[in-house]
Parts: sequence; C-alpha cells; structure tokens
Amino acid sequence: MTPDVQGIDRPITIAIMAMGGQGGGVLADWIVDMAEHGGWVAQTTSVPGVAQRTGATIYYVELIRPEQRNSRPVLSLMPVPGDVDIVIASELMEAGRAIQRGLVTPDKTTLIASSHRSLAVTEKAKPGDGRADSAAVLASAEEAARRFIHADMQAMAEGQGSVISASLFGALAGSGTLPFAREAFEETIRASGVGVNASLLAFGSGFATVQTPAPPAAAVAVIPAAVQGGTPREQAELARALHLVAAEFAPEAGEMLRAGLRRMVDYQDVAYAHAYLDRVAALAARDATAGHILTIEAARQIAVALSYDDVIRVADLKTRGSRFARVRGEVLATVDHVVETTEFMHPRVQEICATLPARLGRAVEGSAVMTGLLRRVFEHSRRVRTTSLRGFLPLYLLAGLKPWRRRLLRHEREMAHVEAWLDLVSAQIGRDDRLAVELLKCRRLVKGYSDTHARGASKFDRVTGAAALLAGRADAADWIRRLRDAALADEDGTMLDGALRTVATL
Amino acid sequence: MAERSFAREVEDLRLGAGEVFRGEGILAVTKALLQSGVGYVAGYQGAPISHLMDVLADAQGILGELGVHFESSASEAAAASTLAASVMYPIRGAVTWKSTAGTNVACDALSNLASGGVTGGAVIVIGEDYGEGSSIMQERTHAFAMKSQIWLLDPRPNLESIVSLTEQAFELSEASNTPVMLEVRIRACHVHGSFIAKDNRKPPFALSKALENPVRDPGRIVLPPASFVHEQEKISRRLPAAITFIRERGLNETMPGDIPELGIVMQGGMYNGVMRALKLLGLADVWGATRVPLHVLNVTYPLVPEDLVAFCAGKSAVLVVEEGQPEFIEQALNTILRRADVQTRIHGKGALPMAGEYTAMALIDGVRAFVTAAMPALLEEMTPPPDPRPLLASAVVQALAPVVPPRPPSFCTGCPERPIFSAMTLVQQELGPHHIAADIGCHLFSINPPFNLGTTTMGYGLGASSAAAFQVKAKKRSISVMGDGGFWHNGLLNGVGNAVFNKHGGVVVLVDNHYSAATGGQDILSSRADNATRSTQHPIEDAVRGVGAKWVRRIDRTYDVARMRDTLHEALTTEEAGPKIIIASSECMLNRQRREKPLFNAAVKRGERMVKPRFGVDEDICTGDHACIRLSGCPSLSVKDSGDPLKEDPVAAIDNSCVGCGNCGEVSEAAVLCPSFYRADVVHNPTRWDVFKAGIRTAVISWLQRRRDAGRLALA
Repeated sequence: MTPDVQGIDRPITIAIMAMGGQGGGVLADWIVDMAEHGGWVAQTTSVPGVAQRTGATIYYVELIRPEQRNSRPVLSLMPVPGDVDIVIASELMEAGRAIQRGLVTPDKTTLIASSHRSLAVTEKAKPGDGRADSAAVLASAEEAARRFIHADMQAMAEGQGSVISASLFGALAGSGTLPFAREAFEETIRASGVGVNASLLAFGSGFATVQTPAPPAAAVAVIPAAVQGGTPREQAELARALHLVAAEFAPEAGEMLRAGLRRMVDYQDVAYAHAYLDRVAALAARDATAGHILTIEAARQIAVALSYDDVIRVADLKTRGSRFARVRGEVLATVDHVVETTEFMHPRVQEICATLPARLGRAVEGSAVMTGLLRRVFEHSRRVRTTSLRGFLPLYLLAGLKPWRRRLLRHEREMAHVEAWLDLVSAQIGRDDRLAVELLKCRRLVKGYSDTHARGASKFDRVTGAAALLAGRADAADWIRRLRDAALADEDGTMLDGALRTVATL
Repeated sequence: MAERSFAREVEDLRLGAGEVFRGEGILAVTKALLQSGVGYVAGYQGAPISHLMDVLADAQGILGELGVHFESSASEAAAASTLAASVMYPIRGAVTWKSTAGTNVACDALSNLASGGVTGGAVIVIGEDYGEGSSIMQERTHAFAMKSQIWLLDPRPNLESIVSLTEQAFELSEASNTPVMLEVRIRACHVHGSFIAKDNRKPPFALSKALENPVRDPGRIVLPPASFVHEQEKISRRLPAAITFIRERGLNETMPGDIPELGIVMQGGMYNGVMRALKLLGLADVWGATRVPLHVLNVTYPLVPEDLVAFCAGKSAVLVVEEGQPEFIEQALNTILRRADVQTRIHGKGALPMAGEYTAMALIDGVRAFVTAAMPALLEEMTPPPDPRPLLASAVVQALAPVVPPRPPSFCTGCPERPIFSAMTLVQQELGPHHIAADIGCHLFSINPPFNLGTTTMGYGLGASSAAAFQVKAKKRSISVMGDGGFWHNGLLNGVGNAVFNKHGGVVVLVDNHYSAATGGQDILSSRADNATRSTQHPIEDAVRGVGAKWVRRIDRTYDVARMRDTLHEALTTEEAGPKIIIASSECMLNRQRREKPLFNAAVKRGERMVKPRFGVDEDICTGDHACIRLSGCPSLSVKDSGDPLKEDPVAAIDNSCVGCGNCGEVSEAAVLCPSFYRADVVHNPTRWDVFKAGIRTAVISWLQRRRDAGRLALA
C-alpha cells in the first residue's frame, strides 16, 4: 500500500478545553456518538486524572469517514498544535490556554468559546481586584483563530435549566464546521436520555447564537436621579444637593457625586449628604486636573470613607424588605417555599464600645472590668435568624440607632481619620495633583471587618505615611500607586513591606 | 460505592463473540481479562486504571457466573501477593494499579513472584501514569521489568491491539513461567474505540479445586538454594522461551516502507503519535501506510535480538522512539547491533528529548532531526508540518502569559477537607508557621492556593512517617496529614504504629472522608456505608487505639471550624506525651451529593417537607476584601462586580452550585471575618405549621419594614 501523502484523507480534529466537574466528557461523548451513528470512525481521549477535581483539562476527538479503505485509520491520541480544526472552550481563560498551547491557528481553527468567567483561586483571593483581563483573551482569539465564536454559553444553559455541554454542542452545530445536520446533533441528545428537554432548549440557544449573534448591548441610558421617600423638607434639601452637583461641580464628576449622595442619604440622612458635598467641594474648588479626576476620585473615596461599615449599617442592611426579597431571589425560592435566613455574627467588645456615646465608650474601653464583663456576656459567635421575630427585632432596633450615629465613639474616630487623610491630600493639591489623587485612592485599602479591617487600616497608614518621604519627587504619585498595588496583592502585606523597603532606599 | 455508576459498562462485559464493544481502553482490558478465562482479579484503584476496578466491583453478577474471584486489595503489595495463586496452579490471575507509584509498593511481592516463576498466567495491568494528566513522579515501569525479569508489553494504543495483547500476555506468561506486565498509558486507558468481542471464558481450573487439592514444590519458594537456581533459570530457560513465543506469535510488528535506508523502532504505545508525525511530514497516511519502515515493539522487554538485527541490517540509520528516561531500549539496541557487528547508526535521545512526554511537537521535531542527520535529501520530498511557534512568539499570544491564570486541581465545592485547612491556617496565624508533612490524596491540594500548606509528600500513607526525624525537643511540633485511603494502605503501621513505638510527640491529622476519595470514591475498611460484598464500618479510632495511641480526638463534623481549630491548638500545645492523633471525619461531598441529591429530589416530588440549605453573601455588606476566599477557595464562592461605582473591588458572591456545607459561615465566625454571609434554608413542601408561622412573622416583619421604608429618603 502506498501512503496517501497528499493528505487528502485527514481526520477532523477537535479539542475540548474544560474544567474538572464541568462535563467536558459529555460533550466529547456526544460528538463521538453522533459520528459513530453516522457511520464515521470516532476516537476520543482525555487525561482527566486529578484535574477532575476542578482543574483545567482537555478532551481530544478525531473523526474520519472510513470510505472504501479496508484498513483502520491510525488516529492521534493527542492534539497536534497547529493542526486542530475546532477548539471548544467551556470558559474564556481556557480558550486563552488553548491559544497558548498552539491549538488555535489562523489557517485552520474555529474557536467556539463560552465568554463567561469561572475565576481561578489566584484571581479571587487577592485583596484587590485580581481578575484576569478578558479583553486580552478576546483580542488574542480574534487574531489566532480562523473564526471565533463566543457567547455566554453558561448563562444560556442555566437559563434553560441545563448544563454548558448542551449550549456548546448547539454552538458547534450552528457553526456548521461538522458535516452533520442539526437533526443528527439533536438526535444524539435525545438518545442520551438524560435531561433531554432542557438540553435541547440549551442546544437551541447555542445554535441560534451562532446563526444570529446577539446585537451589541445598547449603552445603558442614564436614569435621571429621582428623589423618593422622606419628608417634604428632606426631599427639598436633597433636591438642593442635586442642584448643587449640577451647578457647582464639573459635569464629569456628576455621576460619581450622585452615587455619593445616594449612598449618604441611604447611610444617614440629607444633612450628612450636604456635609459630604462640602468636603468634596473643598477639594474640588482647587482641582486643576485634566478631566477633573481629582474631583471624581474625591467624590468616590469620601463617600466610601463617610459610609464606614458599623454595626448600625450592617443591622440596617440585614433587616430591609428589599434584602429579604433579594435573598429569596438568589436561592431561587418560589411562593411555595418558606425561607429561613440565618446570619453569622461575632460581636466584639471593640464594636460594642464603638457603638456607645463617645465619652461613655472611651470610659468603658478604659476599664478592664467593664471590657472583661462585656466580653463574657457578648463576645460569642451568634447565629441570628432574621426571619424570626427574636432574631429580627434586636437588629431592627439596632438599625434604629441611626439618628444618634454622629454622637457615637466610632463616628468620632472615623471622622478624625478622614480629617487627617484629607489634610494630607489637601496639602498636595496645587503642588503635586497626581500625588493628591493617588492619596485619595488609598482609601480603597481600608475595608473589611475586625482583623481584616485592622490590617487594611495599617496598610493605609503605611502607604500614606510614605507620602512624607516621597513628597517633592517627580515620581511620588507613581510610587504611591505602586505601594497601593503591592498592598492589594497579598493579605499579610509582604509585597508592601518589600516595596516600602525600596522606597526607604530612594 | 464508587463516584460513578458503571451499570452500562457492566453490560458491555457480557458481550459475546462477534458483537462490537465500544468504550474506553481500560474497560477493553477488563473485557479481555474475562475473555482470557482469568480466575481472579485484584488491584488497587488509582488513575488511570480506576475504572477497571470500579467496573468489576459493580459486576459481581458476571463475576459470580464465571466463578472469578475479585478483590479490592488493601494496597498494591497485597494485590501483587495475590498472584501467588498462579505459582503452583494453572490458574490465570490479573492484578492492576497505577505505576510507578503502585509498582514501588508492590515490589517486594513482585520480586519474589518473578524469582520463583509462575505456572498459571500472571498478568499485571500497569496504568503508566506518565506525562500530561499524571499525578505522580515521572518514572518508567520499564526499570522494574528489567530488574526482576518480568516481561513488559506496550501495545499499540488501539482497542484491538490492547485486547489481543492482553489475551496473549497470559499465554506468554505460561509459555515462559514468568509474570507479564501490560503497560497502558494514560491516554490509551481513556481512549474510546471499538473491537469485536469474544465470549467470556470460565476459568478451566477453579480456585476451590486448588484449595482442596494443594500441591507444593520447595523449588518454587524463594530461599537458598532455590533462589540461586531461579536466577539461572530466568536466563537459561524462561528468557529463551519468552523470545521464542514473541517471535512465533509475531507480537512485534514490522511495517514496510519504500525508503529502505531508514527505519524507526518504537514502543508500541508510541505508534499512533509517530504515525501522525510522519503523516504531517508527508511520510505516511492516516490509514497506516508509511514510507519509512517501522518496527513496533509491542513487547518492550525482553527485546528480540534476531528481529532487531534483521530490521536494522542494511539500513544507514534507525531512529529509536522511546519515551522517558533513561534510554534502556536504545542502549540495548546499540549493544545488540554491536554484538552482531551491524553498522547501522542509531539515533534516539538527541533527536528526541531525553526527558518528558513525547508530545506531537516533540515527535515531529524528532523525526525531522533524524531525517536531517541521516538522509537530508529526503527533506525535499517532505511536507512542512504545522508549526504554531511563530504565532506563539507573536505579541498578541505572548500578551496572554500574564493574563491566563493557572488552574490547578483543588477541593470540590463543599469538600469536608477545606475546613480542616481553614482551621490549620487559623492556628498558624496564632502559633506561627509549622512544619507540615503532607501525604497523597485530595488533601494534598492544600499545597495550592489559597492554603499553601504542606512541605513534602513522600508517598501514600507516609505522611506521619515523613515527619519522623522531627520528633525532637523544640518549641514547635510537626503536623502531618494523612487521608483515610493512605491510612489503610500504609499509614496505620508505618505512620501511627511507628509514631507510637518511637514515642513521637507530633500531631497527626487523619482526614477521614469515608472513601478512598481521590481515586474515585471507593469503599475502604472505615467507610460508613453498608457494602454487600465488603466488610466496612471499622473505625479508624479503634485502629489507632489498637496500636497504642493514647491522645486521640475525633471530630465528626469537620465543618465545625472553631472546634477543628481549637483541637489543633490543643494538640500543638498539650503537655501530654506521644503522638497526638486527630481524626477529622466528614463524608466526601461528591459522594454525598451523588447519594443524597436523588433522594432529596424524590422526597420533594413526593411532597415531603425537605430543607435545603444554601449560603449567600449580602453584596452591600461585603467590602471586597476577599478574606473569606483566602480561607476557603470553594469553587462556588467567587467574586463579581458590585454594580456600585463606589466599590472598586469586586464583592464576594456564591453561585447556585453551593451545596450548603456551612464552611463559609463557620469560617467567618471562627476567624471573625465579616457579617456578609447568610444561610438560607429553603423549606420545600412546608407544613401547615411552617406556613402559619411564616405568615405571622412575615406580617409583623414586613409591617416594620414598610414603616421604616416610608420614612427613608432615597435617591433612586
């Protein structure tokens, strides 16, 4: 037998990039079943191993028509980079991984990817935003693939009560890259006999998304801010605040200021909103930055700082009617279900003292006897069932302390912190505006509760403390940004310590 | 009960002569064992051969009809010892495990078996866990075959070849009185293909017959002087017998080609990869025709010198495609040709990489390098193979390097082992970092983010013994981790017994998830479920107390993070002498869900009152610090955009894959994290009392909520 070296007889090669537990094997099996049913020779292989436990894994399929040959084809057990016709990625970063492995090439490959993200642990665990840049993968895929089909196949499947294999199978059918009719695909799903109807619906969605891609999302219309609730006097005051935003601030900052106002009235009251505007205005008046980024950043960060997370806030948010409705929605409860909600609370003496009037709080904090007593009485893990009256009422009453918030110890401390921070910022305006903006952004470091909050506050102090060393340098702003990124990269602040040592040597 | 049901595959084992078997490679081996009249099968589960064990465990009916004895061995050593039944009796036996991990464990028995030799065919099905997808150290089983004189088969990776070689392995074993290893690589174990089945055969010589009519021959027992005779016998009688059988049966295959000056000698398992490389270079087609002559070693040990000399003689150069290191076959071939004074130049390592899996790219490059060196004129006739390297070097693909995150395996959603390592993290926050000796099993995922715990892993069930040197006076104690699988495989004696005997003071955490979970959820001695064919429910606590451990704490709900943390703290600080054993016990969530989910759904359907817990995060309370994720890493706990322009960092979110294990709430409580988490118990088919109670509560609560909302000023 002479070899057909012209390569006319060539199998169709398909690689499926999946994550363990996602059912990539089901998709491979469907393709094989369909091909075998159509009289083709089909081979699939995989290397699941430990990757079955949520890791990245790959399934590889080859299909060939037996034709008139009486010998059996010799099919490959692994994809050849540069020789793959179809790559199906069940998650966007897995599409990226396929490109990195050389499985996607412009001369051959149709890349079908679900654009949804399932975040890797390293992305989720960063104290800041560690999420990978989807745009980079989308851009690479457009370049690397002959044809790139992408849509949120996960949402599509979930919308039909099915799993992603079905919508991807639909997209594969819709792409027309396999020589099988839609009916053959659907017949394969029917023959599998599990969750057939839901799978067929998800298949249909996947099919349709290729045939008629969704139009690009229309820009979200800006909804004019509407004032609701409260007394007529409060409404008038809030309207006045909105008017101030429009009249006395740069238009670029309008959206952020309105978000700030929304947060302020939700957090406290309209007087608090005006106090917020005053603080922003003090900085904005001296803002000479392009695009008014100083004002925008001040609008954001001051709003965050003024709405610090205290027990009153938590109690308020946990007891709202809108929150009860949201929980029911999230757990997919219908009218036929009763939902019981349990909160996990761990009150500490610090928080109890901070919720007392300032002088009393300080006195209690200073007394070992009192703190010891409070610790014994209150400092235990508590599971509060907010759907029962016994759990709901205490939180409801706690949230009712809101009008007195400004007299409490926590408020006094937070405001002292805000003053010191804004003084630091203010001192740089006009001298080094970029540095001022970076110092504003450092507020992002303070977040979380209890120990996490303390660690964040310590990072904030260390980063802003470096401003004294750096002020006057042309690259001071860049250094503060670097320090902040380092502080957000890990929990213990190891990166930050290293960066600070570098700063000390400057 | 294994992770997956094999009911359909069991039916495939019943296929008769002429019917088409379609399925996985390792299941084809299983069918081939039954077609060979095997009398007994034993083994230890592990990828890539777990399915052989799992399908036979589900196939009690067929095994009973055929009279085949099947054992889930306690370890590979136990499995290998099982082959002793074939020493004196004409009974065929097969055992299986993952290699080289399992072969290491089995070696004592294998060496003794190989020394005395066998009467009935003894076949060891080796899942060669090498290359992509492997979970163990990268070594070759080949060395074990050579050192013990066990024959090693490496069939071409298609189901027909695999099945045919499995059947002939028994005959080879009997013809040469030598155990035979059948090596099947990961991809071959999982390859889907087909072959024409034969009828299953009842073992002609029953085990009961042997038991009732015992025979013995001291000459088969490994003790001097017989052991010296055995070594001579291996060389003088068994090896020639094997070579004769291999030649007569044509187990190795030669494929002719029109370029007689060249040739390629390869392991059978490499055949499909080499053929694809040749095809892409324009030297072969997909139907098996090749221009370069090939010699395919379906038997990689022993080699057949006559065949190799005949293939190589007259050729200017031959390429040896031999995956892994060192290059045993290439060295042997050089010796064979030198002894025969054949001057053919041998290429191998050099053209191909010395170490690592022979991927498609490695093979294409290797064949090209071989042709370039041996017959450059041929290059012109060849076609340029696909080469993605320029694309991979381009800026647009390089830009992905810092973007695409690694995705290593990790604990599943709701895994009961996660809270153990959350607790260990919390203890270390208090007491400082400790030396942590890890083991083999799902718990080894602790070495990955977010936990980053564990320093060494020395083998299955060797966690405790790998901390043995650290049992000295110091301000800190060692912590070692071991799973229940490893515990029963090895750890009871080498770990706990060793620690008691040598008066260790360290902490041993026994992770008891009720199964050998990492290998697919097989039952073991301490499994809690009733198993019709195995004796289960033997508590680990009884065993460790039985070997003398005194400080033993059992935690029956690992999700109790605070208790877990406090127990670890106590173990690390108590004055008491001796090893501190903590048995952390909760059922593997994969298995639990598989068992409970259908029951739950059925009960809901019947109208019974059922409660399903699920966790959630209040996104307006979450500040996006992700401390919870660093103590969990649960796949269902992720982050998402808050939709609030004031929150720059994404907030935590729990998706609907949450199984309500409780870890989130417990961690946030124990670590005093934040009040964002909530548990929602969804009551299906609530009783009248439920509805009445909820009605009253809702009435009062929503009245209060409306009252407050009315006064609330808002900017919509």
